[in-house]
Amino acid sequence: MRTISFDGVIVGGGGAGMRAALQLSQSGYKTAVISKVFPTRSHTVSAQGGITCAIASSDPNDDWRWHMYDTVKGSDYIGDQDAIEYMCSVGPEAIFELEHMGLPFSRTEEGRIYQRPFGGQSKDYGKGGQAARTCAAADRTGHALLHTLYQNNVKNETVFFNEWFAVDLVKNQDGAVTGVIAICIETGETVFVKSKATVFATGGAGRIYASTTNAHINTGDGIGMGLRAGVPVQDMEMWQFHPTGIYGAGTLVTEGCRGEGGYLVNKDGERFMERYAPNAKDLAGRDVVARSMVLEILEGRGCGEHGDHVKLKLDHLGEDVLESRLPGICELSRTFAHVDPVKEPIPVVPTCHYMMGGIPTNVNGQAITVDDQGNDHIIPGLYACGEVACVSVHGANRLGGNSLLDLVVFGRASGLFIESALRDGIELRESAQSDIDAAGDRLRHLNENSGGENVAELRRELQSTMQNHFGVFRRGDFMQEGIAKLAELRGRVESVSLDDKSDAFNTARIEALELQNLFEVAEATAVVAEARNESRGAHAREDFTERDDENWLCHSVYHSEGKKVSKRGVNFTPSTVETFEPQIRSY
Amino acid sequence: MLQVSIYRYNPEVDSAPHMQEFEFDTEGKDLMVLDVLEAIKAGHDSSVTYRRSCREGVCGSDGLNINGKNGLACITPLSETVKNDKLVVRPLPGLPVIRDLVVDMSLFYAQYEKIQPFLKNNSPAPAIERLQSPEDRSQLDGLYECILCACCSTSCPSFWWNPDRFIGPAGLLQAYRFLADTRDTATDERLSKLDDPFSVFRCHGIQNCVNVCPKGLNPTKAIGHIRTMLLNRAT
Repeated sequence: MRTISFDGVIVGGGGAGMRAALQLSQSGYKTAVISKVFPTRSHTVSAQGGITCAIASSDPNDDWRWHMYDTVKGSDYIGDQDAIEYMCSVGPEAIFELEHMGLPFSRTEEGRIYQRPFGGQSKDYGKGGQAARTCAAADRTGHALLHTLYQNNVKNETVFFNEWFAVDLVKNQDGAVTGVIAICIETGETVFVKSKATVFATGGAGRIYASTTNAHINTGDGIGMGLRAGVPVQDMEMWQFHPTGIYGAGTLVTEGCRGEGGYLVNKDGERFMERYAPNAKDLAGRDVVARSMVLEILEGRGCGEHGDHVKLKLDHLGEDVLESRLPGICELSRTFAHVDPVKEPIPVVPTCHYMMGGIPTNVNGQAITVDDQGNDHIIPGLYACGEVACVSVHGANRLGGNSLLDLVVFGRASGLFIESALRDGIELRESAQSDIDAAGDRLRHLNENSGGENVAELRRELQSTMQNHFGVFRRGDFMQEGIAKLAELRGRVESVSLDDKSDAFNTARIEALELQNLFEVAEATAVVAEARNESRGAHAREDFTERDDENWLCHSVYHSEGKKVSKRGVNFTPSTVETFEPQIRSY
Repeated sequence: MLQVSIYRYNPEVDSAPHMQEFEFDTEGKDLMVLDVLEAIKAGHDSSVTYRRSCREGVCGSDGLNINGKNGLACITPLSETVKNDKLVVRPLPGLPVIRDLVVDMSLFYAQYEKIQPFLKNNSPAPAIERLQSPEDRSQLDGLYECILCACCSTSCPSFWWNPDRFIGPAGLLQAYRFLADTRDTATDERLSKLDDPFSVFRCHGIQNCVNVCPKGLNPTKAIGHIRTMLLNRAT
């Protein structure tokens, strides 16, 4: 097996990965991005509404502390306040950098970046009414962001391993990460990509659910690789169901629609969010809106033949606003819902959208493990940023527009930290050949396996188990059934069949490897969801309907060894502002 | 029953490409072409090879030749393309085939990189964003939305003949995206790089690009603007 060496290797070519890579290559470090798709095909491209940040365009008096307050409240108080403070305060600088790189933001009459209202946003720590803090490039902000980052990586000559798939982590005898085993999809060649710093920016894993806004490629590869290498994951029970996925297709309709004045109606045409969130209404937190929608449906006020969805009304905004501010939504709605939003409301339903949990990191992107005594330890050589990481700025519920900010700010922060670490000199002991071989075990097993079940069948079974047992509302006994089903599925997924053993562009092999990653994500989710005996943020239990700060004002940590769940403290000590104390969360 | 005919070529076993036939029951649903491919890969033959990611027409992975016309499989409904129950899926024309429906896009990307697709501005950046009026920003509409799916360039006869020297509609659309951006100060440098008989002037206004663009963009119009800029500069 060939070895290729770099100063920094980034696994994942989405927003976080390319922002980290850009930081390193700008500084002249030998930097590689391994991406299983050409980078502009990464899922960041699908982000629509915008990137939330207090750049004081819409409101000259806007304050990042207000954004911080909203984010802490949105997280249902298990977001780490030091990380949220960092993200909200550094954010404006990171946004202006993107604009200087060429990102084609929409503009105000003054020529500044256009900002729109999004859910959970307020002025003056919740006392000053709705804020408009989400910076937008029409409703194609993710596309504009991702292409801009790719373009600037081209400019700075980042090395791209496009259509290469990272299989597993390589560690050394000290437990430090020294790189990854990766396959070139086009040729089938397997190599050891060695690096002083390995950054996971592998994105989310929405494909564990049957109904998701996520791309086919969102299979939790970083989580899978991490868990197999003994890296723990944090807050995996926290999955965001976006209120407005297009009914039937699952494709996303941005919260920006409601930001621009759209609202949800039930079969009676009632704007039902007025009952659930009298102040913020349709712009309450996403968890709140999603639950309200499900309750409307369960109580018989859903729309359509089966009464199983609600509708998003936009026609009152007028064709001009829709075509200028939400052109992509008009297109998606016509294609996937066969509805012209200029004339009719769009059928929508809560749909799996975002993984708040992930690999625990500090604000420098350094991956963290937790010992039996509950002490944090940095894992040498391993970093994570973006959706795969849990730094944690989203806690139990992410606010709209905060994912793009998270990936830009922490992609950048990881890059900055690695840059200074490289300058100081990073010394990792060489991995032994046996360590490298061990990382190739899974792939070898798959290639040599004869028999086993079909990837697509197993994936369907996994997805329906997650959808049915770990959805918007959860119940202990039902989750235990789900966990049992997963336990039975594990062996079958590990010995999945691979009929096609060819080397050239073998997507069947990649899908089998992805399925195994999905499984690791699903099982971690299931085990911690069953363990967290309370309702908080996106985690809503029918059998524990209240938030329990006494026992659960903490992160959950899942360790693959023994499927163990432990608790980890939340950071309540920001350095420049007072702590935001937990309060009853209402909108 | 839908008769699906898929272009197959595996370099390890096939000496030449061939079409493989599948019978497919849509159960009366108006599926997208990608749904059909996914169902065939899942249920009939896991070796059928194609690219796909977002399945909503924004990532640009699944540009294919569908019943003779380039388009994105994920947003092409059967009702739009199928006549007489026949669906023929081939790789994008004009680029080397790696396997089945997957083409080697290197030449396409090389042309994109050639136009230096990044903002150049020689004045120091301000502490906030560079200001741009909504009118100036609107000059980028219809340009920046390109998803690099290659449907346009691979439908262009000029690109087929000179894929190494003619930038092609996708690359030129992006070239104009930066020429049109009031924040970019490298107009002259950009035009100089395009000022040869091949880069721009191989466009003969055939407009296949406009006809197939899944995002409704108009590369021919952008190329017309570049042409005018080049001619004005020469006089």
